[in-house]
Amino acid sequence: MIDPRLSGKYAVAGVGTSAYGKFPEKDDFHLAADAFADAIEDCGLDKSKIDGLAVCRVPHYAPMAEMIGLQPRWTLQLPPHGRMSGISIIEALAALDAGYCDYAVLLYANIGRSRRIQYGGEESPGFWDPWGFTSMGAIHAMLFREHMERYGTTTRQLAEVSVAFRKHAVMNPSAVMREAFTIDDHEAARMICDPLRLLDYCLINDGAVCLILTSVERAKDLKKKPVAIAGIGAQDALRHASYPQADFWFDALQKTADQVYPMASVGPSDIDALMVYDNFSPTVLFSLEGMGFCAPGEAGAFVEGGTLGLGGALPANTDGGHLSNSYMQGWALNVEAVRQVRGECGARQVPDCEVVQYVAATPCTRSIIYRPA
Amino acid sequence: MLTDVSRPLPKRTPVNAPFWEHADRQILALPWCESCGKTHFPPSPRCPHCLHDAFDWRPASGRATLVSWVVFHRSYWDGVAADVPYNVCLVELDEGVRMLSNLVGAAEEAPRYKMPLKVTFTDRFPDLILPVFDAA
Repeated sequence: MIDPRLSGKYAVAGVGTSAYGKFPEKDDFHLAADAFADAIEDCGLDKSKIDGLAVCRVPHYAPMAEMIGLQPRWTLQLPPHGRMSGISIIEALAALDAGYCDYAVLLYANIGRSRRIQYGGEESPGFWDPWGFTSMGAIHAMLFREHMERYGTTTRQLAEVSVAFRKHAVMNPSAVMREAFTIDDHEAARMICDPLRLLDYCLINDGAVCLILTSVERAKDLKKKPVAIAGIGAQDALRHASYPQADFWFDALQKTADQVYPMASVGPSDIDALMVYDNFSPTVLFSLEGMGFCAPGEAGAFVEGGTLGLGGALPANTDGGHLSNSYMQGWALNVEAVRQVRGECGARQVPDCEVVQYVAATPCTRSIIYRPA
Repeated sequence: MLTDVSRPLPKRTPVNAPFWEHADRQILALPWCESCGKTHFPPSPRCPHCLHDAFDWRPASGRATLVSWVVFHRSYWDGVAADVPYNVCLVELDEGVRMLSNLVGAAEEAPRYKMPLKVTFTDRFPDLILPVFDAA
């Protein structure tokens, strides 16, 4: 069991991002350096105090540290998987609590647009290739088909997710996709892997994100109001990792909920804004069910009528998410969570926003709850 | 046989070779652990249940239930481009393990959740005999 003493003890002190889009003239190190400089500007930390560095999708920690002038005593390289964003933050908490470092910098960069990454085919060979099965999107399509058959969920209900997040992106000057669309537009979009269409798929763009974590006490000396990590939860579902999970990650999500909510002393009804991993729209519905925002099978009805939009019952992915803001594999969602708690989100700010939850339903399911320190 | 369509060929390893050697002879086989007697899929170097490393590959019943299916409209490999749209299904074999495959015949025409299926084999792709599923 995760030590409840960790609740509220550590904070995100600084956040930063590069620009999002297509930058063929830059590489991933360059984008990460931009995000790091932005995070230092954000919190005003003297960078000579930084003694911890974790990098994800940045190709190598050593040239990264050299380029931004860091000399850490805790260094970690994580594989380029979206599920590693939540994992990185949780591992950094443990490192801070163990005294491995006092200031942890987490850096993520993705140059997938300029490198024409397609997240399938020869890039990721697997046992099922001879049957033509590849790409994470197809896994989500397979799961959503089963959800439709089992519970009667419709693609028009699914469209509510993409439509709501795009409305938020329209209000976010940094977002890559800022043209609103309707449920009918979603239904008419190009089919990619039936039952999923183009607007159910996340963007592929270049960009980078930086988070700086330290103790709440140390964070109080910096420029911005510290945002405390009040709760964390984790459960993997790796026993059958090579094909779509039979339960929409429900068991992993429930076990994660059983940790994250008690640790943060809140429940689903206390969540002011939800930042939910949305590489493909169906996983948003699965997350809502698994976290207990609605009963299993009822997420389709739950999201109808703009529930996930600003002004709705559960504003989600107020930056536009992976579907419309930027495919930063969970990292930018954690930045948005921090900015919502700080009250920095301008037109897309959730009023009186005090409890923000991040959740990623993946074979490594993770959730983090942020509150004011 | 379509000559302009291909599929990625299996990457045969000591662990999965028995599966593909049986498929070449139009047999759907599963690995049964010689220690604990359980089966698993896809093939693994050690039994995921008891970690034993020797398996008896035996023909499966070939009977399965349809769990889910998708239709790829986008091609991720050159040889597959001429074949889109094509389906991929998730089935549960009567032996209790799941596998991804393709639907053919009546099952491809009208897939139904939980419909009973039976294995068959296709040779429409070059250098590949592939176990696929039709309505039982």
